[in-house]
Amino acid sequence: MQGMSLIVKKVAQLMAGLIFIYGIYIIVHGHLTPGGGFAGGALIAGSYILAILAYGSDTIKLKKEETGTSLTESISILFALMMAVAGFFIGTKVFFNNYLPAGKIGELVSAGVIPLYNIFIGIEVAAALLTIFLALIIYKEEIEG
Amino acid sequence: MELALSILLGFMIIGAIFAIHAKDLLSAVIAAGIVGYSLVICFLLLKAPDLAIVQIVVETITLIIMVAVVLDSTREELKINIDRQQILNISLALIFILVLIFFFVQAIETLNPFGQHSLRMASAYVGETAAKTGSANLVTGVLFDFRGYDTLGEATILFTAAIGILSILRIKGKK
Repeated sequence: MQGMSLIVKKVAQLMAGLIFIYGIYIIVHGHLTPGGGFAGGALIAGSYILAILAYGSDTIKLKKEETGTSLTESISILFALMMAVAGFFIGTKVFFNNYLPAGKIGELVSAGVIPLYNIFIGIEVAAALLTIFLALIIYKEEIEG
Repeated sequence: MELALSILLGFMIIGAIFAIHAKDLLSAVIAAGIVGYSLVICFLLLKAPDLAIVQIVVETITLIIMVAVVLDSTREELKINIDRQQILNISLALIFILVLIFFFVQAIETLNPFGQHSLRMASAYVGETAAKTGSANLVTGVLFDFRGYDTLGEATILFTAAIGILSILRIKGKK
C-alpha cells in the first residue's frame, strides 16, 4: 500500500500526534469531563489510521502490527474482566464492585476503579478498531498481490 | 432549540434521500456523511456531549473506510429490473411501514414530555451518582459502576467483531 502526496504526509505528521494526545486526555479525564474509554479509544485508533493511510506501509510490517493490536485488545479486555471479578473478593461481594476509595469529587485521581476501567476499555477499543482496519487493508493487499 | 433541531432534521432527511438517489456512489457516501455529522450537532443541542464525541469520531472513521472502499471498487450503481416478485416485496414492506408508524404514534402519545421522566431510578442516578461513585461525570459514573454489565457487553461486542473479521478475512488456511 503506497502513501499519499507530500501535502497529506506533512499534515498527517503534524496532526497524528496531537490527535493521539487528545485521545489520551479524553480517556484519562473520562470521569471528570465528557468522553471516556470509547471516545478516547476511537480517537487513538483514528490517529493510527491517519498515519497509516498517509504514509502507507508494506504488508509484512502491517501483519506484525496486526498481531500486536489483536494481542493488546485481548489482554486489555482480560484485565477489565479481572478487575470486575476482583470485586467478588474485596469489600462487598458484588461483580463490578467499586472497591477503591472514592476520593474527592473533581480531582484527577478519584472515583475509585472507574478511571482504571476507562483506561482498559480505551486501550481495548483502540486496538479493536485498529485490528479491524488492518485486517481490511491486509486482505486487500493480499488479494491484489 | 426546537426550530434548530427541525432544520437539522430536514437537512438530514434531504441528505438521506440524496444518498439513495445519487448516480455516483462516492457522492452517495458523502451525502450519508451529512446525516452523521448533523446528528453530532443534534446531540450537542440536546446536551449530550459524551455521545457527540463518540459519534463524530466513529462517523469520521467509517466515512474514511467507506470512501476508500468506494474508490477501490466501483463508483456506478447496479441496475436492477423490477419484476412481479419485487413488486410484492415492496408492497409488503410498505404495509409493514404503515403498521409500524401507526403503533409508533400510539406509543409516543403515552410517553412523558422530553426531560420529564417517570422512573424512580432516573432521579436516583441524577441525584446520587456523584456522591456514591465519586465521579464528576455522571455518564461515566453510571456506565462503569451501576451499569457495568452494559459496558462489559459493549467491549465484548467490539472484541467479538475484531475476532470475527480476523477469522473471515484470511487467505491462507481457507482452502
